[in-house]
Amino acid sequence: MAKIKIDGIELDVAPESTLLQACEMAGAEVPRFCFHERLSIAGNCRMCLVEVKGGPPKPQASCAMAVRDLRPGPNGEAPEVFTKTPMVKKAREGVMEFLLINHPLDCPICDQGGECDLQDQAMAYGVDTSRYAENKRAVEDKYIGPLVKTSMNRCIQCTRCVRFTNEVAGVGDLGLISRGEDVEITTYLETAMRSELQGNVVDLCPVGALTSRPYEFTARPWELTKTESVDVMDALGSNIRVDSRGREVLRILPRLNEAVNEEWISDKTRHVVDGLRTQRLDRPYLRGADGRLKPVSWAEAFGAIAAKVKATAPNRMAAIAGDLASVEELYALKTLATALGIASIDGRPALSGLDPKFGRGSYLFNATIEGVEAADAVLIVGADLRKDAPILNARIRKRWRQGGFKAAVIGTPVDLTYDHVHLGVGPDTLEALARGELAFAEVLKAAKRPLILVGQGAVARADGLAVLSAAARLARDVGAVSDEWNGFSVLHNGASAVGALDIGFVPGEGGLGTAGIVAAAGRGDLDVVVLLGADEIDTAALGSAFVVYLGTHGDAGAHRADVILPGAAYTEKSGTFVNTEGRVQLANRAAFPPGEAREDWAILRALSAVLGKTLPFDSLAGLRAKLYAAYPHLARIDTIAPTSAGDVIALADVGGAMDRAGFVGPIQDFYLTNPIARASAVMAECSALARARTTAAAAAE
Amino acid sequence: MTLDQAARALFLKEFVQAFVLSMRYFFKPKATINYPFEKNPISPRFRGEHALRRYPNGEERCIACKLCEAICPAQAITIEAGPRRNDGTRRTTRYDIDMTKCIYCGFCQEACPVDAIVEGPNFEFATETREELYYDKDKLLANGARWEREIARSIEMDAPYR
Repeated sequence: MAKIKIDGIELDVAPESTLLQACEMAGAEVPRFCFHERLSIAGNCRMCLVEVKGGPPKPQASCAMAVRDLRPGPNGEAPEVFTKTPMVKKAREGVMEFLLINHPLDCPICDQGGECDLQDQAMAYGVDTSRYAENKRAVEDKYIGPLVKTSMNRCIQCTRCVRFTNEVAGVGDLGLISRGEDVEITTYLETAMRSELQGNVVDLCPVGALTSRPYEFTARPWELTKTESVDVMDALGSNIRVDSRGREVLRILPRLNEAVNEEWISDKTRHVVDGLRTQRLDRPYLRGADGRLKPVSWAEAFGAIAAKVKATAPNRMAAIAGDLASVEELYALKTLATALGIASIDGRPALSGLDPKFGRGSYLFNATIEGVEAADAVLIVGADLRKDAPILNARIRKRWRQGGFKAAVIGTPVDLTYDHVHLGVGPDTLEALARGELAFAEVLKAAKRPLILVGQGAVARADGLAVLSAAARLARDVGAVSDEWNGFSVLHNGASAVGALDIGFVPGEGGLGTAGIVAAAGRGDLDVVVLLGADEIDTAALGSAFVVYLGTHGDAGAHRADVILPGAAYTEKSGTFVNTEGRVQLANRAAFPPGEAREDWAILRALSAVLGKTLPFDSLAGLRAKLYAAYPHLARIDTIAPTSAGDVIALADVGGAMDRAGFVGPIQDFYLTNPIARASAVMAECSALARARTTAAAAAE
Repeated sequence: MTLDQAARALFLKEFVQAFVLSMRYFFKPKATINYPFEKNPISPRFRGEHALRRYPNGEERCIACKLCEAICPAQAITIEAGPRRNDGTRRTTRYDIDMTKCIYCGFCQEACPVDAIVEGPNFEFATETREELYYDKDKLLANGARWEREIARSIEMDAPYR
């Protein structure tokens, strides 16, 4: 530890920490534009100048100078830093004046107005007038994709966006060309950015040079109601802030959570907003005798369901839950199904090999997302991380950048943005690795904390359980499972997946799984199928069954449904979601459901009364009390209930024969994975662009 | 009764004083005006009915910065914005002022960076129904067109003091 004195306060800091960090520790505020905690140091905005004693006799950029660069005084006094002296004030005023020379000052028409770092810091550290009367620099605006709008006159060349795309996203889309007054941020060839994390550059940009195109000119930050919530686009449960005005959700921003998403979110999370407004189911529908859906009242819809359910034996009914359901409605539906004696319920993707009977450790991302940074080797089995969980991929890339890290993939060859070995495509590679025939087996064995990441591409298939068991066996054999490190990690795709497994929303005694239900309905063995937002199944194959669809959007499930019950989307209800690592998180309501739509648990409660099996709760609090009593770990919000390594060891012994087919990731199109995203025009545009890129790449080969 | 009081009573001093006062006012110029036909002069800073102005070339001034909406203490202004169809510039798609909420404080015109929203010299906009006082963008732009000459003159006269 090195001693340093900041504004007269003496403190001990790590010698490699920068002066800016030391100043922050001492509580001194230092303005900055280019410095960002998660990016490399550029030192090019010069806003963080401070005065030092024991260093060069001129203002120093505190972000680029380390504490150990300063000399102690002649008698061993600690080096001193001043942040409030006249010299510093004058230096900051000078830098601010230089920055504003070429800044257009078009705040009234700038989308960043009101949340602009340059605006705030010009107020705090600038001078009130400009001495500059010459012409300002003009830079042409670039097209860099459908999500980010550029207004390059406003750019102050902090290069945060360049560093983000190169370092965090790992796709070198942006760069800085030319020198001096001619520098420009550009994609070189006027192409759209390719990263699925590109929306984050908008948050990073300290001025309004990069702004969100879908949100263009929509609202001012002071008009918005901010609700802290959780994302459901993937199973990571990224922390988000939902900004709404009136009844409308206008934008989604990331919220800081070091353990989950740091401060990044994927483009799908950020830009599905317009999907929440279109294609919504806002009233109940009933399919009439002529085969057309007709709007009806809630009572009529419930009546039709009750008539059908009462005339059907429990073993001829089934329920499937989709990816976006919260634990509350899963619990309500499960309780209702149990009361009706229905055993065929499933909340997992088709053919999933995951089962809560093997213990919670058998289906969680045991290493935890933050734990990825402690791992020193990773084997990715059957997952395309850039599509399944881009934020997790960025976390692995962050670990890879620190060095001493090896990655390998079994499954479809993909571009992960970091170096990795592609071992093979299917279970035989996994077996070969287990037998030690591949060089990577040695890497895993030598690694102190190997991470075996099992994706849904490996688990959601007919031999899913056998593959899962083989992966667990490999994890056990390479020493990935012990008391202090559990590297056996299952990556889910649906936000509801872990919640469904946690409360046992899986087939009961003699019940059918998702694939079984669809097949049985197709054969005519099932008469009533309830879909709780389940659109990812093959709805056309449900045969002549009476389909009750409870969901938010007019998507695949609603098209097939005989009764549609309009529910609330994730921004319109308070719900618990358990992410892939088992972290229980609460999503809050930012807006109200449209029209006659209601919260899903309330619909199920009302339906249960009509069916004569009234659920034992009348409010969300009552439901939660019951839920927490049955599953106490769900009450501990924002924590992960510890799992035992024994679950994985036990799973390893299950065994089973594996198919020869290669692992195929379940997500074909990253931008269109759920009904909300499919209803979004922005996501459709992104998807079309991504498809055009793949076709062009294929044509070039 | 003193002699002083007796003299005042005898010569009707109070009466005469009051009469002189009355006569003085009788011959003074009158403050009252024949209102609908005559009007008092108003200050260039007079804050009357709102108007949205255009540039001389016909371009709308308002750029939807929403500062007037933000500053309005009565929350009488509602703005929705978006990129304009033909050129993608920032424009209002909706600009409503609830004149029944407005307190005519003039903060909106103070906040406006482009002199788009102004309170013109017109104060005769009483209506028969409440609904007529919910002004929309068309009404405000029409006001701007009607009062542009007076508004421009007021702004010019006030300019040296700003």
